[in-house]
Amino acid sequence: MKTAAKAMGNERTMATTTPKLEKYFEAYEEVRAHGLEREPVWLQQLREDGWARFSARGFPSTHDEDWRFTNLAALAKTPFRRAAKGEFAVSPAQLAPWRVAGAACQLVFVNGHFAPELSDFGTLPEGLLVCSLAKAIDCGREGCAPEGIEQHLGRHADMSRDVFTALNTALWEDGAYLRIHRGVALEQPIHLLYVSAGVGAEIATHPRTLIIAEDASQAAIIEDYVSLGGEAAFSNAVTELAAGQNAVISHFLVERENLASFNVSTLRIEQSRSANVDSHSILLGGGLVRNNVHPVLNGEGAECLINGLFVGAGRQHGAGGQHIDNYMLVEHARPHCNSRQFYNGILADHARGVFHGRIVVHKDAQKTDAKQTNRNLLLSDNARIDTKPQLEIYADDVKCTHGATIGQIDEAQLFYLRARGIAEADARNFLLYAFAAECLDRMKDSAAREFAEKLIRERLQELVSAVETAAPSVVEEEEKQNWEEVG
Amino acid sequence: MALLEIQDLHASVDGHEILKGVNLTMNAGEVHSIMGPNGSGKSTLAAVLARRDAYEVTGGRVLFNGKDLLEMDPEEAACEGVFLAFQYPVEIPGIGNAYFLRSAMNAVRKYRGQDELDAMDFLPLYKERMKLLEMDEKFMNRSVNEGFSGGEKKRNEILQLSMLEPKLAILDETDSGLDIDALRIVAQGVNAMRSPDRAFLVITHYQRLLDYIATDFVHVLVDGKIERSGGPELALELEEKGYGQIEADAQQALPA
Repeated sequence: MKTAAKAMGNERTMATTTPKLEKYFEAYEEVRAHGLEREPVWLQQLREDGWARFSARGFPSTHDEDWRFTNLAALAKTPFRRAAKGEFAVSPAQLAPWRVAGAACQLVFVNGHFAPELSDFGTLPEGLLVCSLAKAIDCGREGCAPEGIEQHLGRHADMSRDVFTALNTALWEDGAYLRIHRGVALEQPIHLLYVSAGVGAEIATHPRTLIIAEDASQAAIIEDYVSLGGEAAFSNAVTELAAGQNAVISHFLVERENLASFNVSTLRIEQSRSANVDSHSILLGGGLVRNNVHPVLNGEGAECLINGLFVGAGRQHGAGGQHIDNYMLVEHARPHCNSRQFYNGILADHARGVFHGRIVVHKDAQKTDAKQTNRNLLLSDNARIDTKPQLEIYADDVKCTHGATIGQIDEAQLFYLRARGIAEADARNFLLYAFAAECLDRMKDSAAREFAEKLIRERLQELVSAVETAAPSVVEEEEKQNWEEVG
Repeated sequence: MALLEIQDLHASVDGHEILKGVNLTMNAGEVHSIMGPNGSGKSTLAAVLARRDAYEVTGGRVLFNGKDLLEMDPEEAACEGVFLAFQYPVEIPGIGNAYFLRSAMNAVRKYRGQDELDAMDFLPLYKERMKLLEMDEKFMNRSVNEGFSGGEKKRNEILQLSMLEPKLAILDETDSGLDIDALRIVAQGVNAMRSPDRAFLVITHYQRLLDYIATDFVHVLVDGKIERSGGPELALELEEKGYGQIEADAQQALPA
């Protein structure tokens, strides 16, 4: 019976998605043809494996527990295609608004292809390798391979569990490769800019980033997704970050694509002994966003901070109503590790948010200390958040806590600010910013934090103005309710 | 022209009438005290004057500087020069005390057509006023009222009052819960602000505050109406005899 039910489930999935998988198959054929000619066998194998897994399962449906709150029908039915290298020209002027002040260097990828002419390598310090991943592997063919790629690429991100990782593994064409050498500490952040730019075309890209932080290295990396123009795009990104012993790494994911776009990103972090990794997700744009963060604390004394802010607005889904789904999977595999998850969500209009916080504590991971908090502000009656903690604990001496809150803007605070002369819209903006700033306060002082702060300020200003002009009644109707414990 | 003219003011909260015809006229330079038993409508009067929208005005009118106060939003009233020192100041995590106050001052200045203050103009003044109120400079960068003790919150209210320089300052039970030292400091802050251009409406349950702030007029609010008005000696009488007699008189005055 069980088998039959499972088969039926698969059939349903395939029935809704199969006709639109052709474009992905076409892309796979093209990428594979190139790979057969130029890529090492292990990589060809990975691609084949990825494709086999994706084509067998297709896109998940909402019957899949991990996708319960996110319907991918709109993604599956859009015929996204691959873009050839150089197919859509992008000028440096077009990128000017997306640069990060104070970055050590910036690598630009356009529609999944490295664009060296748009990149800025700055003056990189010794002990840091930053380049195109495809190029690094291509060099390997001629025997000058940067070491470590084969040991890490595709070895951490889990294709068997996640079809998007499988799809990315089959179809990735490029992305950044970073190697921070032992003991090297970088002050300024490295900016990786992934640009979707298809004029009159719906482009899918599968950026693949590999970050190897050797023992005792220190760096901040900003992975940034933007779109030029209003075309729908699909970015399916996978990043593997391997942090060596005592490495201290901050990773920033910034999503600021247009509202027609789909973005699925997976950050897989592998932490060695006493490695300390911060993941900061700043999700402000995109129509449908799925943010997977998956650290595995695989060495004693490792610590991670999983910090995020998601801001959504817009009308009905499909017409600009943002849907932002955060799927956290924190795995404690060794004793004495410490994980902190803090996600704050602000949802206006018809936006919908999801926070799925899963903590797995393996049998040997004694003295685990894991904490998870998800706080949400709903600015309209039509906004919605689904928040779901999930703890799986197989060790017996651990400390795990979780909590979630959902609330509205506090009327007493709003009145206090107004009674001092601050206009209502500004007062709302203040309170939203204060809520969002909890996320900023957890970032170390740096150019990356300043960048995040600027983006958040701009986004909230935009949100308050939009709420003001579009639907004042919605705001007026807010109930006088404070934080409510939901689980 | 009077600074504040309240005429036959009626107001309700959640459908219950709290103010049942309040009349009060205040001129610039005067200090008026409103005393009264719990639930008589003192805080409602303060909230209506500060334009809190949970309070519904059902009748009467209020002129502030000749303008219709009841037509104003809270921020507009504040910019026109009404200041409410809250009985229970709200904590606002994530917004710095100094940043908040400078924003408020600049909102008011902008409304009045004055240039905005930058941090360099603002800070020396802010520090000077903090010193007057015996407040530690550490409060500058803390979130608004967050984790402040009761006395610190009240001092922070008076600090805002002294920076915003309103025409009408309403102190809503600013003395409640203060020890003598805090009370003295708060009163000192208020007294330093007294001027011929400014009026104070001091709402209090106890006569004690009036030992420190010299009041010109005392009004007794009972069941939503001012039942008696007089000079400072009325406060002393109330301290001695309580509100019982006035409440009884008010009962008797009710039509059968």
